[in-house]
Amino acid sequence: MSDLRDLYQQVIMDHKKNPRNFREITDANHMAHGNNPLCGDALVVYAKLKDGVIEDVSFQGSGCAISVASASLMTEILKGKTMEEAEKLYDNVHKALTGEAGGGELSGKLEVLAGVKEFPARVKCATLSWHTVHAAMDSDHDVSITTE
Amino acid sequence: MTQTELQAVPFPETDFDVEAVRRDFPILNQEVNGNPLVYLDNAASSQKPVQVIEAVDAYYRLDNANVHRGVHRLSQRATDAYEGARDKVRGFLNAKSDKEIVFVRGATEAINLVAQSFVRPQIKPGDEILISHIEHHANIVPWQMVCEQTGAKLKVIPMTEAGELDLSDFDSLLNERTKILAIGHVSNALGTVNPIKEMIGLAKAKSIPVLVDGAQAVPHLAVDVQDLDCDFYVFSGHKMFAPTGIGALYGKQALLEAMPPWQGGGDMILSVSFSHTEYNTLPYKFEAGTPHIAGAVGLGAAIDYMQAIGIDKLAAYEHHLLEVATAKLEAIDGVRIIGTAKNKASVLSFMIEDVHPHDVGTIFDQQGVAIRAGHHCAQPVMEFYGIAATARASFAFYNTEQEIDALVNAIKTTQELFA
Repeated sequence: MSDLRDLYQQVIMDHKKNPRNFREITDANHMAHGNNPLCGDALVVYAKLKDGVIEDVSFQGSGCAISVASASLMTEILKGKTMEEAEKLYDNVHKALTGEAGGGELSGKLEVLAGVKEFPARVKCATLSWHTVHAAMDSDHDVSITTE
Repeated sequence: MTQTELQAVPFPETDFDVEAVRRDFPILNQEVNGNPLVYLDNAASSQKPVQVIEAVDAYYRLDNANVHRGVHRLSQRATDAYEGARDKVRGFLNAKSDKEIVFVRGATEAINLVAQSFVRPQIKPGDEILISHIEHHANIVPWQMVCEQTGAKLKVIPMTEAGELDLSDFDSLLNERTKILAIGHVSNALGTVNPIKEMIGLAKAKSIPVLVDGAQAVPHLAVDVQDLDCDFYVFSGHKMFAPTGIGALYGKQALLEAMPPWQGGGDMILSVSFSHTEYNTLPYKFEAGTPHIAGAVGLGAAIDYMQAIGIDKLAAYEHHLLEVATAKLEAIDGVRIIGTAKNKASVLSFMIEDVHPHDVGTIFDQQGVAIRAGHHCAQPVMEFYGIAATARASFAFYNTEQEIDALVNAIKTTQELFA
């Protein structure tokens, strides 16, 4: 049960129940759809970039507690960051959760996601929104990505 | 046993001893995450009794060789074991002849075989293939592929809120363009037992061939293909206590005789030259390459095991488990059962209010309770209910009432965590 409490800790449950930036950005200039066909998690990430800075970022969709909380946290953290900083964060989250070499510790708000590592079947729930925002940044039109 | 009898079987009048049965399944005796394993994912894959494990082990220790090349002793023993297993499958389904039993990897391969070898050569643009809304993807996609290849149309029998087939328009869905009715015996996502005998009767009255996907039926109820009068019946071994990678296709002999081979290779030929190849007789025509001999031996042992206990007894006990579990889950606030057909096998799909099934799956696992969380390879069913996934507990005859209590506790823990 202690692992469970690590995974479903207060912060995660708070973001799951009250997801931040859960809305459409009507004048978004970057956007991507993320799907995990295995569990049916589906979300859309919207971003508004100006001069290489993320002025606004948001998401909509449905999924498990881990995927919704991770997306919510992500939007909070990315707002105001440069694209370069965002890319670095994406890389770090991805590596930290998949155990790939070169990944640092998850710090600050993202620390709560560290518990997901102990649940390999759930890592993709946590990384879906990050993959989606990464795809959105890379493209100036609506793109779709899929993780399994 | 017919489906109506399945419901009527009383319990606990039989001498079924679940604790004795559990001792036959060594895998059940372990802890997961510090809790006793409660394995409720039987509709995905069942566990194997020592009788099956030992049959496979003994085959490799004593008899292993290639089949149908019988000049040496081991090859003869391997052939006898393999063909002996075929005869057990014939008896299990009550087919007329061993020639009607083709070993395949599983139900999926069998459906693809029938789709490509029986339906595709004779279907034309505008013709129809009839399936239902509650099929497993394995009984949808092979037919979609035939439709793409030929210009035929896929027609779908609708479903009701309870998860039963809506047969009000069934008669008009069966028409002169229908080239096959392919229908699941038991729904993997919802547990619904379809009235296939009546459906087959209506299709046969119009000379429409019928394939039955029995993957979820054979672990739970006795099947008699002659009584059903279906043209094809398919199942997988691993869902009925046998190894993975082995299953069977039953086909009426006259139909199999007329069908071209599906795959070419060794064992499916009588003679080969560069100008002409003569195909082997049934059932070998459909068994190209060295088959899964050990798997077939294990499947034969699983059939022996089920028959030794008595399939009716297993079915009655499982039905009892389903009734107990259904009543207990219905009594929990915030739990919704998905699939409430009158006639069900021991499959219980459910939703916990405000908790995604994948969170349910993880939290249950921490308590040692193994269930399936997902779309169960039946996305059209999920779409019908407007959900992405369900949690599914599916029972086998080695499950107990105490394990149902563990399931109930796991639900309550989940609700507390998400409160």
